[in-house]
Amino acid sequence: MIAELGHYALVLAIAVAIVQSIVPFWGARTGDSRLMAIARPAAVTQFLLVGIAFAALTQAYIVSDFSLLNVYENSHTAKPMLFKISGVWGNHEGSMLLWVLILTLFGSLVAVFGRNLPEKLRALVLSVQGWIGVSFIGFILFTSNPFVRLSPAPIEGRDLNPVLQDIGLAIHPPLLYLGYVGCSIAFAFAVAALIDGKIEAAWARWVRPWTLVSWLFLTLGIAMGSYWAYYELGWGGWWFWDPVENSSFMPWLAATALLHSAIVMEKRDALKVWTVLLAILTFSLSLLGTFLVRSGVLTSVHTFAADPGRGLWILTILILFIGGALVLFTGRAGALSKGGLFAPISREGSLVLNNLFLTAACATVLIGTLYPLVVEAVAGQTISVGAPFFNATFGPLMVPLLLAVPFGPMLAWKRGDIYAASQRLMVAFGLAILGVIIVAISAGFDAFLAAFGVGLAIWLIVGALTELAFRAQLFRVGLGTSLRRLAGLPRSAFGMALGHLGLGVTVLGIVVSSTWSTETIRDVRPGDTVTVSGRDVTFDGFSREETGNYNATIVHFTISRDGEFLRTTTGEKRGYTTRMVPTTEASINWFGATHLYISPGDVKEGGIVLDPGVYSDQSVLTLYVYWKPLVALIWLGTVIMAFGGVLSLSDRRLRVGAPKTARRQIVQPAE
Amino acid sequence: MRYLRALLLAIMALASLPALAVQPDEMLADPVLEARARALSAELRCLVCQNQSIDASDSQFARDIRIVLRERLTAGDTDSEALDFLVARYGQYILLKPEFNATTALLWIAPPLLLVGGGVLAFVVIRRRSLRNGEPDALTPEEQRRLDKVLRESGTGGA
Repeated sequence: MIAELGHYALVLAIAVAIVQSIVPFWGARTGDSRLMAIARPAAVTQFLLVGIAFAALTQAYIVSDFSLLNVYENSHTAKPMLFKISGVWGNHEGSMLLWVLILTLFGSLVAVFGRNLPEKLRALVLSVQGWIGVSFIGFILFTSNPFVRLSPAPIEGRDLNPVLQDIGLAIHPPLLYLGYVGCSIAFAFAVAALIDGKIEAAWARWVRPWTLVSWLFLTLGIAMGSYWAYYELGWGGWWFWDPVENSSFMPWLAATALLHSAIVMEKRDALKVWTVLLAILTFSLSLLGTFLVRSGVLTSVHTFAADPGRGLWILTILILFIGGALVLFTGRAGALSKGGLFAPISREGSLVLNNLFLTAACATVLIGTLYPLVVEAVAGQTISVGAPFFNATFGPLMVPLLLAVPFGPMLAWKRGDIYAASQRLMVAFGLAILGVIIVAISAGFDAFLAAFGVGLAIWLIVGALTELAFRAQLFRVGLGTSLRRLAGLPRSAFGMALGHLGLGVTVLGIVVSSTWSTETIRDVRPGDTVTVSGRDVTFDGFSREETGNYNATIVHFTISRDGEFLRTTTGEKRGYTTRMVPTTEASINWFGATHLYISPGDVKEGGIVLDPGVYSDQSVLTLYVYWKPLVALIWLGTVIMAFGGVLSLSDRRLRVGAPKTARRQIVQPAE
Repeated sequence: MRYLRALLLAIMALASLPALAVQPDEMLADPVLEARARALSAELRCLVCQNQSIDASDSQFARDIRIVLRERLTAGDTDSEALDFLVARYGQYILLKPEFNATTALLWIAPPLLLVGGGVLAFVVIRRRSLRNGEPDALTPEEQRRLDKVLRESGTGGA
């Protein structure tokens, strides 16, 4: 009964979404305030209705109502409650419902907090949100309905895939969706502005917080997925350039570019056309990602459930929204193209450079991801485009961008002085060169690339701090005055500094861990010791664990250094009883930001691989031990970046609606 | 979620067989040769898997290729000879980094082309616009229309 209520709520939601798509739009065209006023209550109602549907499905999972096909296929009574709930979005239908829930949440937030928006713009934005809502609720109702009943109801469910039974993957999809779907707001604003035919600097101020929120969640979502792969896959890889990863990385790159170009638009009323295009492209890439993954068009490791009906539906959405928005853009962009002027060497110029490289990098990922599909369709040949291609192309595109990052904030708006900026960055430059030299001497000339990478990271980190120090006039005025100046800086200044600093920290983690990681792979028996980077890992033996959910062989280790005991730890080989899928639980031991990563491989006896939970005195364990220096900095850096985003978001300027153009121009003279 | 289900499939593929890829019994005694084999393995696709290298896959196929690769290296093949041998047998599909040829030219050229093209475009636009720096802003189409109208009217009036 509750499921039927949820189903019905979803049907009502699409009805409300249809009203929200048409009525406010018509009102905006005819200038009828009463019609435009429908938008806000409609958006909130749509959210509440989808919320009811989502709650109904969640309830079915909590009580294990196997009369719902979706619950039967993805849940089990023996599962911990957390994974019963995360199972709601651990499958196609439920995840799409979560997608729509977040979409309508954002729509209702615009409705509630968008009081300072011009009436017409708000009506148009919510109307565009309504179109997206109609498409995706329709997609759920017609191709992916989670409320389909099953009769007779089975006694027991088929269980959630064991690899999804993990706290990381329980929160990863909601984070990523908040990011993906958040891009729809910038898209709706862009389309609304194009329909309205006018755009002003204030537009960027309204769009930026939403972009920032979605960028923030994309960053955290991608980082979380990456960390999850790192600890769960059992060999310490953290990025695979898999098409599915690329599908989330492309919107991130575009959103990062958008975040930067929106600053130029807000401060200087320039780059308007480009910013609008970028807002459209960012959400288009989110939709493309949805299509690539949902349709099964990619034969990626990651894609399952190829269902052409669903694929066709999403492809239609994709074509209508991206195509429609781009046609609209082509027709209307000309009318928008006027804005502030600037010299090539200026803050604006540096942000254009940022956008150029980020867009080129994003295009590279896009081309690499789609190329095999196109070649197969057009030429009938199969080729592979994998990690080595992306490393060879994406990497070189990033280097000049990273080199340029510290310059950006040092340049004045409108017309910057590159020599003055260079002078201010002398300390950062000196420290970076020192870093290069130290690494090159200690690690040998072979590690030249790594030395360069370390220098680059130092350049980014110190460069970000230099910006703050300069603005606080550190060492120029008294320390007290400097601190007061620092405290007086807008939060967005710290946000930017942390964003760039976090980037440097991530780069450092990537360079150091990928250059100096070491590994040992060996068959061991209880009592054997494996040494990696001076740490001795002694295999102490096996034990067994049986929960209702899975059987496991637990392997015990003692870690010591030069005979001195450091700690004991365990890893596991699990076999989940319902699906008979084995998983590996690696042991990750922190030494500062460095990991000693111990991963149990097969448990064998006489060359035969034993099932999880089975072992004897004669069993041999294949042991993989990795030493991964500073690897944790990769994720620490992304957390710092995200924290920078939070700070920027809390900046008063973004909360208060009134535009204040180019204030920094006065605060920070060009010198 | 896409990403998730994604990853999860990844794992299904990984987890459905033993655990990790390279097994101790495959590894070569010569550390230099073994390091070369590992590096090459990362560039070869496991053909029965989806988007995994033979270095990361634990399938039987990946294991077989890893062993063949090590045999070739032990027999004295250079890296490119070993790769050519595998391409001759399994086709271009096995290379995760495709060779540069007529089919893949666009793939390889597009990124630098986009960067340079975009850069030139951006520079030209900024240059042209910044040259006007200090001059009054250009007229909007509406202003231009009005100006034209005034000029036309004054023109006819004068004649």
